Amino acid sequence: MIKRFPWVEALSALGLVAAPWVLPALGFAPGTVNHVLIWGLFGLGFDILFGYAGLLSFGQAAFFGTGGFVAAYLLTVAGMTNVLLALAVGTAAAAAVGAIVGLVALRRTGIYFAMITVAIAEMFFFLENNPLARWTGGENGLPGVPAPSFDLFGLRWQVGVGWSMYGFLAACYFVGLVVALRIVNSPFGAVLVAIRDNPKRTLAVGHDVWRYKLAAFAIAAGYAGFAGGLLGVLQGFMPPEAFIFDTSGQLVVQTVIGGAGTLFGPLVGAAVWLSLRDFLQSGLNLGAAWKLVLGLVFVLLVTFLRRGILGGVKDLIASVDKRAAAPAPAGVAAAMMPALRPDEAFAGPAIEARGLTKRFGGLVANRDVNFSVAKGELRGVIGPNGAGKSTFFKMLTCEMEPSAGSILFHGRDITGHGVSRVCQMGLTKSYQINQLFARLTARENVEIAALAHARGPFKLDMLKAVRKVPGLEAQVAGTLALVGLTHRAGTPVSELAYGEKRRLEIALALASSPSLLLLDEPLAGMSPQERKETVTLLKAIREGRTLVVIDHDMDAMFDLADRITVLAEGRVLAEGTPQQIRDDRSVRDAYLGGEHM
Amino acid sequence: MLNWANLVSQLFNGLATGALLALIASGLTIIYGTLGVLNLAHGAMFMLGGYAGWVVYQWTGSFALAVLGASAFLVIVGAILELVVIRRFYGRPGEDQILVTFGLGIVIVELVRRAFGSLSLTLPAPAWASGITSLGFMLYPTYRIALIGIVAAALLALYFVLYRTKLGLIVRAGIEDAGMVDILGVDVGKVFMVVFGIGAMAAGFAGAVNAPVVSLTPDGGDAILIETFVVVVIGGVGSFFGAVLGGLIAGEILSLTSMVDPAYSQFALFAAMTLVLVFRPQGLLGAAGRE
Repeated sequence: MIKRFPWVEALSALGLVAAPWVLPALGFAPGTVNHVLIWGLFGLGFDILFGYAGLLSFGQAAFFGTGGFVAAYLLTVAGMTNVLLALAVGTAAAAAVGAIVGLVALRRTGIYFAMITVAIAEMFFFLENNPLARWTGGENGLPGVPAPSFDLFGLRWQVGVGWSMYGFLAACYFVGLVVALRIVNSPFGAVLVAIRDNPKRTLAVGHDVWRYKLAAFAIAAGYAGFAGGLLGVLQGFMPPEAFIFDTSGQLVVQTVIGGAGTLFGPLVGAAVWLSLRDFLQSGLNLGAAWKLVLGLVFVLLVTFLRRGILGGVKDLIASVDKRAAAPAPAGVAAAMMPALRPDEAFAGPAIEARGLTKRFGGLVANRDVNFSVAKGELRGVIGPNGAGKSTFFKMLTCEMEPSAGSILFHGRDITGHGVSRVCQMGLTKSYQINQLFARLTARENVEIAALAHARGPFKLDMLKAVRKVPGLEAQVAGTLALVGLTHRAGTPVSELAYGEKRRLEIALALASSPSLLLLDEPLAGMSPQERKETVTLLKAIREGRTLVVIDHDMDAMFDLADRITVLAEGRVLAEGTPQQIRDDRSVRDAYLGGEHM
Repeated sequence: MLNWANLVSQLFNGLATGALLALIASGLTIIYGTLGVLNLAHGAMFMLGGYAGWVVYQWTGSFALAVLGASAFLVIVGAILELVVIRRFYGRPGEDQILVTFGLGIVIVELVRRAFGSLSLTLPAPAWASGITSLGFMLYPTYRIALIGIVAAALLALYFVLYRTKLGLIVRAGIEDAGMVDILGVDVGKVFMVVFGIGAMAAGFAGAVNAPVVSLTPDGGDAILIETFVVVVIGGVGSFFGAVLGGLIAGEILSLTSMVDPAYSQFALFAAMTLVLVFRPQGLLGAAGRE
């Protein structure tokens, strides 16, 4: 495998080294540049949280302040002399506090999450100001934070102000950047993007979404703490304002202006914010009105250029540079991982449902369903609309808890296990309505599912490259080849045809190598030609697996299935071979509304 | 030893703060419930209501007109913002809506700062409610008693609109399922505009009637916004009664803790929110599963 040359890292290093010679000519004062670096570093973590994982927190000030005050306290009151060590302790403290806050804040998503983070950050401000004032100096903050000094090959470098401080901060930013780049290019980072795009499906393919979110939250808090510590070092003073709501708000605004999901966005946004402030305040003598102008700019950007400056540039380059997406590497041996077999020796049914009942208030969707599918069987499930087929499937995959009854998978009771855990055991489903990762390519979609199989429900492999996950490449290539999407691997989901999306939907389920696969209306909405292709596909994937298929296409079902179960009004109406079902009078009654012909 | 007069007076303070928070939070919650938009400019609208009241008072010298004028002004501001900006965001992710209302909040605050400066302004209490009233066992500022009555009346009016009028029926139906209301032939666009206006008015009215109690500053809405969030999280998003209950609980927590030690009052409020999140994540009166 060829190691990719780290262009981004190299160019960033070059830019950071060149900045002290270039920026003064553009009118940037070193003080401004240093603050931009701190905001940029603060934003690296926030971008991982918001731009990649999609969690909009308005409370990052809590961790900025925590890291800053822990480091400042160690360096002033506690008398620690090693600045780097103090910064590291501050970073760790912020990350730990972030993990604890995340336990509460991540109990809800969406707007609740935003509101809770605001409130919790405000609580930190009060804590700093009052109960902890003995240690934090309350509203006076902590003065006298020293700058570090280093012994470089016998030369002593005492970090001073201006460009000397820049050297230190730029080195810190670079370290933060390299780590952040590794994180977003790791399998861990890929799962974060999947969560942003479709948290429900990320869970269904077997990732422990909640723990990934918590980890992202702690990482963002760690970055915030690191940046907060550096703020104290830069100013020689740790200000209590680090904790206020405006700090969190400014971070959000800068990230969005620069472009979320780009890592460099917060840095660009901070440069725009701070230089525009200087320019409007002193250049145009607008005084306090600078914030009004920035507010308007922000509203316009959110409305018309939501992806921010860097996102806009990226889109522009993409539209000019309309090269076809790189074709998938041809001839990759499709050596897919074998289907999971939880208990090879178990001779009983692959799945068994006993007395499965689901009530929604007064409505009974399923009543006392007994169902058993032998290993290797292809079972069809049919029934008129409203027969409770989809609810039944949701219970089998543990997406929904039954009101009564139990589910056994290879003899093990999995009732109440949750969709993620049963997927890890080898039982998964393809959805009736596509549940894809809309902003990713076909290959990336399959990768997300295959990663859950290759890495388990949760893994903190943040510094590893995605392509280094053992067996992943073959699994993804094999799955794509199986569903006939190899030539479309680099195409974003939004550009796929409907039939291709349906096949990708099946590929997502296949990529986790399930031993039992449930397919909810795989043929729905397809053209006759697409139906034929998909039936062939289903015949191919049944090798070595147990399949349960819901569909309304009777011809296809009679052709495919070994046995068929008929559901009507929430109960099992009949079960037997296709021929028996075809001849069953009660089945015909159910479909024809009881009119005897 | 417990000082009874002090306790009762703090309970009153809590009631006044709580009723005010309840009113602001109901504005926030009906906007979110109907439009699906979390309005981060809500605090700025509260602040704007105070300033609008101050301006009308300078012209007319009438407190009643000041409050009415501020409410009317905020309805218009809310409706215009919905028409010009918010409307573009219904089809977009929730984060975008949060971001844009946050930006609008900044713009409103900075516009007010530009127009009125950063110095604080005061709006006098109306003549009939100025001074101090003796409640027998304690003395209490008359306007604060009046404030409880005024805000309670406003909450009742809001209740009446929401639960006794056709518009209210549509709004409540919209909270359950806006798409269905659209299908049933209601002009959802118009309803949304009105709802955003009413929500803004609730904040503006609260800002105006609260003005005699505090001094007006352009940043005065920030703290209120955060407390309103806590109220909504405690009460449950999208629930009018949740907002009222959450408001009263928050008000009493704030004032009763400040009797013990004012430094801890905010802390106690957030601790209460955390407890609710741990034991009843959907809020006291929130429906489970509604985000």
